[in-house]
Amino acid sequence: MTIKAFQVSGNGVYAQDVPAFAAAIQGAEVVLFPGNSRVKRSVPAAALRAGAAVDTNVVDLALEGDRLVAQRWAYRQRILTTFTRAARPWAVVVDPSLFADVCAKLGVTAETLSVDASSSTRTTVEGLVAAGAGGESTIKPDSPLLFVAGAGWTKKQADGALHLDDAADAIKGFLAKSGASLGSSKSLVDMPEAAAKFTFMSHMNQVGQTGSTPRHAKGLSTCCHGEEPHVVGWRFVNERRAVNLDANCGWAQGKADVLYVADAFEVVKKLNEML
Amino acid sequence: MSKPLNIVVCGSLVPDPLQTLEPVTTPQGPGLKNEMMLPSVLDPWAACALYEAAALAKARPGSKVTLVAVGPKAKLQQLMMTVAQKAPFALVAVNAPAGGFTDAAMTARALAAAIGALPEKPDFLFGGCASASRDAGVTLQFTAELLGITEFFNAVDELKVADDDSFSVKERVEGGQYLASTCKGFPAAIGWATGNLPEPPNNPQVGMMNMRTLMPALMKAQTAEVTTGGISYVKAETPASKRDTVVKKDMSVDAIAQELAAWIRG
Repeated sequence: MTIKAFQVSGNGVYAQDVPAFAAAIQGAEVVLFPGNSRVKRSVPAAALRAGAAVDTNVVDLALEGDRLVAQRWAYRQRILTTFTRAARPWAVVVDPSLFADVCAKLGVTAETLSVDASSSTRTTVEGLVAAGAGGESTIKPDSPLLFVAGAGWTKKQADGALHLDDAADAIKGFLAKSGASLGSSKSLVDMPEAAAKFTFMSHMNQVGQTGSTPRHAKGLSTCCHGEEPHVVGWRFVNERRAVNLDANCGWAQGKADVLYVADAFEVVKKLNEML
Repeated sequence: MSKPLNIVVCGSLVPDPLQTLEPVTTPQGPGLKNEMMLPSVLDPWAACALYEAAALAKARPGSKVTLVAVGPKAKLQQLMMTVAQKAPFALVAVNAPAGGFTDAAMTARALAAAIGALPEKPDFLFGGCASASRDAGVTLQFTAELLGITEFFNAVDELKVADDDSFSVKERVEGGQYLASTCKGFPAAIGWATGNLPEPPNNPQVGMMNMRTLMPALMKAQTAEVTTGGISYVKAETPASKRDTVVKKDMSVDAIAQELAAWIRG
């Protein structure tokens, strides 16, 4: 079985990428791509154009005799499927953080894919902009720590008042001192109050069912009360700790390694002094 | 004056995310235990696409939103009871399985056939950037390709359409950034991420207005063949994810902060 792999970087334009990717897939047996945003945008249509089958978000590939067996998650990281395909060409889009490992395992060296930018398109790329209104991005995929903020940061505190400014300062302070990447529950990013005060946060920070499923070594959840949607967001976080006032929190029980029953406002402020 | 838009939204049902999902083996391949009994919701990212389409249509008087849904007819009917109250739209239903183990290419062919049979070609083809069932993020690209739409934007959070029909989009890319692009006119396909709109509140009047056309549309639903296609499943399993959580109740704030600081540094 001939397996090829292509390294793809940059952002590209769909109408120019699709023919280039289709040419790379056409005539091949199995073609591997790293699942970055450019590949996810254009490889599906390219595969269709090349008459190939395509599978995305693949987390493992193994040669078993004369067949190639892949693994990917269905239902947002809730059911792991193992499967194969007889169809050739077969375009396999591998999770970007696992692409190098999968290539090494299969003994494949990734080539750089060149794209002819002369194809006609109505699209003009204007450039990259940071998410949120806070300037610097609070999403740091390479950070060892994910800090997840929940809607509890916007609730009335013991004195019966809201402390949104204090909450924003505590979260920002923690991110600055720990270098953590910021994740959020859907309920928090959807709140207009949060949008107004937490300018360093956007829907891009959301983890879970309609958010991302980031990979970090450690995760710290604060004021986050949730069940399966949050668990999905934490599927690939190895060490998990939570600070929550509810000892029976459905998210934490059975999902976190350690649950501190405490006021996250106080804990994070103290933590900011110590870090 | 800007012309009315014809917006087609692709979206179907998925199991309510709060439900426990257990894979089972069926003669057709893997499936979910009690799949037909599980409560369903409109696929979350497709729902964002529908709300964005409704907002865009409202800003351009005379515009039309059509939801094209591939799913079991009986479950689509249940789903419409709630979704119909969210925004005005017409429905084209295709009666076929909508589970996470089906072949995206077959779903896309069913979608493209239904959209191709509409009286007008879409200016915008909307959908979620991925489904919460198959989670492949390929169906919309397939459908656009089958319909001959050559401009596609994925994981979009912002779309601004100008009066001259040019538009700008922001697509999610790596590192918490957006890729900003402009496009000179229609047609185009947009795979929505969450967008920036909140879920609209239920509006019974909109629901009643929609149901007058939704029920006949459901009755007219054509059946399409959607199976696992060329995928040969070896197994589908739910990984054990239960942890032995240590609950620390009586620690002082100082002690917790100290322990967490050591853990973060370690």
